Amino acid sequence: MTERRSALRELTMARLRLFFREPSTVFWAFGFPLLLTVALGVAFRNRPPEPSNVAIEAGPGAERLLSQISSPLVKARIEDAAAAAKALRSGKAALVVVPGEPCTYRYDETRPEARLARILVDDVLQRAAGRPDAFPFADERVAEAGARYIDFLVPGLVGLNLMSSGMWGIGYSIVEMRTKKLVKRLLATPMRKSDFLLSFVLMRALFVAIEVPVLFGFGWIAFGVRVSGSPLLLLGLCFLGAFTFGGIGLLVASRAQNTQTVGGLMNLVMMPMFIASGVFFSTSNFPDGMQPLLRALPLTALNDALRAVVNDGAVASDVGRPMLVLSAWAALSYATALRIFRWL
Amino acid sequence: MIGRPGADLAVHCRGLVKRYDGGVVAVDGLDLDVHAGECFGLLGPNGAGKTTTVEILEGLLQPTEGRVEVLGATWAHQGPELRERVGVSLQETHMFERLSVAEILVLFRSFFTKGREPEDVLRVVSLEEKKNAWYEKLSGGQKQRLAVACALIGDPELVFLDEPTTGLDPQSRLQLWDVVESFKRSGRTVVLTTHYMDEAERLCDRVGIIDHGRTIALGTPRELIASLGGQDVIEVTLSRGALDQPAVEALPGVRGVRRVADGFALSVDPLHVALPALIDLLRATGLDLERLATRHATLEDVFVALTGRGLRD
Repeated sequence: MTERRSALRELTMARLRLFFREPSTVFWAFGFPLLLTVALGVAFRNRPPEPSNVAIEAGPGAERLLSQISSPLVKARIEDAAAAAKALRSGKAALVVVPGEPCTYRYDETRPEARLARILVDDVLQRAAGRPDAFPFADERVAEAGARYIDFLVPGLVGLNLMSSGMWGIGYSIVEMRTKKLVKRLLATPMRKSDFLLSFVLMRALFVAIEVPVLFGFGWIAFGVRVSGSPLLLLGLCFLGAFTFGGIGLLVASRAQNTQTVGGLMNLVMMPMFIASGVFFSTSNFPDGMQPLLRALPLTALNDALRAVVNDGAVASDVGRPMLVLSAWAALSYATALRIFRWL
Repeated sequence: MIGRPGADLAVHCRGLVKRYDGGVVAVDGLDLDVHAGECFGLLGPNGAGKTTTVEILEGLLQPTEGRVEVLGATWAHQGPELRERVGVSLQETHMFERLSVAEILVLFRSFFTKGREPEDVLRVVSLEEKKNAWYEKLSGGQKQRLAVACALIGDPELVFLDEPTTGLDPQSRLQLWDVVESFKRSGRTVVLTTHYMDEAERLCDRVGIIDHGRTIALGTPRELIASLGGQDVIEVTLSRGALDQPAVEALPGVRGVRRVADGFALSVDPLHVALPALIDLLRATGLDLERLATRHATLEDVFVALTGRGLRD
């Protein structure tokens, strides 16, 4: 029994060493998802509210209007009549205020920002003229964490990463070893086949234990993405996801004789899920008829479950269905892969 | 030697056939006995079926037909136990590029219940200085010695070495020969394949010459060479005209005549009788010599005599 443990340990250690000694695999596992998170997080960040642009026609009383209207929410300028008309036409100004009795608001009613500017300006001017509020009120401003794009994105990227590193980490490595006749060489020793396969699974598990905290930790520190559910449940889901995609990687690699074949097969398997499993945008963008199919994909199941835990604080019983989908894929993949695996 | 496998047989196989899908017959009814404690060489040109034969003996390939016993056991029934007792070096294996020599040996050692210390095996193959070097940094000869070290790590009773020195420089070949000889001295059995005659003559107690998947000759290198009828070879190239082959065969001391690319090769014994007789004949028939050379007969001559082809044709 002691020999058995030590062979499994040595095989797993070898896998870990090989991983960390290959800079490109380390980049794809850690650097790439972090860069992608930063790039997409910056591109789709939530901006502060844009002020409304207002032009005031030059004339008596224009200066006074300017000082009354100007605020962080309203950017006002005095223009002569022709320039003000042009600004309105080109959209540089949403509203033109003409001082006088009565004060005139000139705007295009079909443009929402014009209606907004009119309400803001009118409210400020009426209050300045002494209109009291009919009832007391309080403002409560919220920026709902968990509803921003970055909150949607981070769990999806973790799911994507579990898929691609699981499939490359297991599938590609095995085929590379087969091509080099290294699998054959190992089988010419008393090594147990189960130890060999288990070492890949163990390596992935160890790896998930590092990778997942790093990715979610980064999302939290850089973008304030909080895990509202149980971190333990989240980690458990990540293990299940990694295990499932390891099985699919094993299946894809079970007969492939060279790395080009397995690379093509893996892209064939991963590309549809890359697009349709809700990594970058919600699967609800696809037609209703496709939804049952999309929800049966392993990456959709994983992403749905991760988002439910991260964004909605779901508990284990809430994610039973996606866990079932993942387990079914895992069972099917491992059973088939072990049956058809080409050892020599 | 034909008969039941005994305790003294390390490898015993009868009627071995390997037919691949598509009808290619790699091994075609091969019989082989390797005695415990000897170094046995499988000699033959590329594609003769050496590697297929060895991989069947190693239990890595299933024969289509035939019976194989290794160390008195069969792969089908005692596979796991046999693995502990047999060491293997495949033709052209690549190890893990970014593991060190020592890490690879420790990994291989972990597969065996009992075996030798990695340090000890490193010393045997003279790789101590490279123990911390990554595999990808090793030279061809060093990689090959590591492959042999991995074959020895389980302290096997029998090792299979498939073309251990192919493509190596002369110095690396000598180093590997030393490793094989020291293993043999410890009373263990070696089966190696090669297409180098000098390697077989130097290392092997007995050789089997294989062609088209069959054993076409079997014996000690000395016996096989003696089967040519002469220990020496005279090579004759004429500038014009042709040798009268029956007349040459009738000369004293000439045991065999065969055409080679640019002339004739005569197996002779004894040389000091055959050579003057040949010169006299050439002089009498007025043929002009372009070249005449003598050398000791080798296993290559045996192969050529048996098949009419060179080993590396």
